Amino acid sequence: MQTVLSIGIDALAYGMILFVISIGLSVTMGLMRVVNLAHGAFAMIGGYLASYAARDLGLHYGLAVLLAVVGTIAIAIPVERFLYRRIYGASELTQVLMTIGITFCVIGIANFVFGPTLKTVPLPPSLSGSVDLGFRSIAIHRLFAIGAGLVVAFALWFLIERTSFGIRIRAAVDNAAMAAALGVRTEIVYAISFAVAIGLAALGGVLGAELLPVEPYYALRYMVTFLVVVSIGGAGSISGALVACLLLGAIDTTGRYLAPEYGEFFFYLAVIVIVTLFPRGLMGRLK
Amino acid sequence: MRTQDGSSRGLVQALADRGIFGILIIILVGIAGYYLLPNNLALLTRITATALLVLSIDLVTGYCGVATLGHAALFGAGAYGAGIASAHFGINEPISMTLIGAAAGALAGLISGFVILRAHGLAQLVLSIAVVHLAHEAANKASGWTGGSDGLSGIAPGAIFGVFEFDLWGRTAYVYGIVLLVLVFALLKILVRSPFGMLARGVREDSLRIAAMGASAHSVQMRMYVISGIVAGIGGALSAISTQVVGLDSLSFTLSAQSLVMLVLGGVGSLYGAIIGTVVFMFFEDTVSAANPFHWLTIVGALLILVVLFAPKGLYGSAIALSSRLTRRKSA
Repeated sequence: MQTVLSIGIDALAYGMILFVISIGLSVTMGLMRVVNLAHGAFAMIGGYLASYAARDLGLHYGLAVLLAVVGTIAIAIPVERFLYRRIYGASELTQVLMTIGITFCVIGIANFVFGPTLKTVPLPPSLSGSVDLGFRSIAIHRLFAIGAGLVVAFALWFLIERTSFGIRIRAAVDNAAMAAALGVRTEIVYAISFAVAIGLAALGGVLGAELLPVEPYYALRYMVTFLVVVSIGGAGSISGALVACLLLGAIDTTGRYLAPEYGEFFFYLAVIVIVTLFPRGLMGRLK
Repeated sequence: MRTQDGSSRGLVQALADRGIFGILIIILVGIAGYYLLPNNLALLTRITATALLVLSIDLVTGYCGVATLGHAALFGAGAYGAGIASAHFGINEPISMTLIGAAAGALAGLISGFVILRAHGLAQLVLSIAVVHLAHEAANKASGWTGGSDGLSGIAPGAIFGVFEFDLWGRTAYVYGIVLLVLVFALLKILVRSPFGMLARGVREDSLRIAAMGASAHSVQMRMYVISGIVAGIGGALSAISTQVVGLDSLSFTLSAQSLVMLVLGGVGSLYGAIIGTVVFMFFEDTVSAANPFHWLTIVGALLILVVLFAPKGLYGSAIALSSRLTRRKSA
């Protein structure tokens, strides 16, 4: 029972962190059809900026998170303008290569600037303790991560399903050319969605720094995981991504607890089974 | 233009089409490498083994249009196949080891083709990544057979034909590698010019149309995957024989991604491009990463971005396009 509960909490927290990071990837992939392998690199940049702000500058945690999100978006905007815009609509191979190239560059530069060591984001005292439930205690940070994931999911749902901007996003996802013909300025929709996606990646990178430690190879190590989430959830689907994250979080955490010597064997086995059964994702909109 | 100097030009063209020049160039460069870099033959052999892997990716990506980030699974299968045959079953005859590697690669190609070809686009890419990770974790777990993360040691290839011993300087291994590369290149040149090769290119261009013509795109891709597995398996076996150790990195995602990068650098859809990309990339890597591995990563990244933006056809493809533009201007 103890084990089941620990696995449950860890899996939920891990799944939610995965969700916060990969939902941006899912949206950009559904919208712009870009296989963006550099998404994890932006999450890593967020983690580095927050670590620098909180540890070296001694800023408050909340301020550090804000700084990380804004800073990462500021870095991403010129990258989008000069590199990503050239590969919209290109073949998958081209997109994969371009974004792997960006990832390699970010890893090299991050190592040059911040060094190869692991960086932590110090938690404020209000988040670093644990709550006692009587029969066992749970780290507050895990609960915070779960809560943040739920807030992000709800906010995105509201943005996409209930606002006029959301209508434009959905129109552009379903048929970009027709949406443009009806007066939706797809370029602006793309740019804003990209910024939101990168901001969420940075947020996830900071919140998840406890679970996915920030170091230069972060971008390469988790790149595949984020891509897998999108592929299983279905590009462009929020509920799909949420289900995929919870499912994959559960499989991965259970595997780690019960059969650690198999590494990620069961994770990838599950990926193959799910992708084979649902080639368009659990709730994909892409055809 | 071609009619001007008729038959001699036609002959040159025919020889070029059949890859005679390519074979001659490989042999000449091979001999030059042997005499110019006698202390670096291990690196040259590694390049040769990797060139076989990149050629095999070219078969599925360049000729069949299947984007894969998991091709190291086939290479690793060949390496472990040959290595296990020697270390556990005492089969130390190098040519048998190579054949076992090729068979293991073909089997891996069959299995991963079966998995990967069920999907398209993003799902296909993700499946290919999952396949190589799965193989990696399985090899890590089965450490009794594979040596796990310590690597498989105890590979002791005997002399080729009972005459040519594998020496400390790696001369025999190098010559063996070049001979294998020339043989494979010649056979692949025949393959891609054959009706089957044409069909594969048709599948890449427009698989719907191929289906409408009555051919099965899936079966073409599947057969190509097995052939590609044979080529990658030979490469893996060569690497096992020459280094006498097989590590888990031969089954890694990193190797898969890097070899795809080499292919694109050289030029997708051309056998020359695959080989040129490998040679340029690995020489570059050897020089720069000796100085600083992280700078190396930055440079590879920048190089990739530049190739995608300015030379999407790769080094070989761009050179061909440039030279044909120049000759056209001259004749006009």
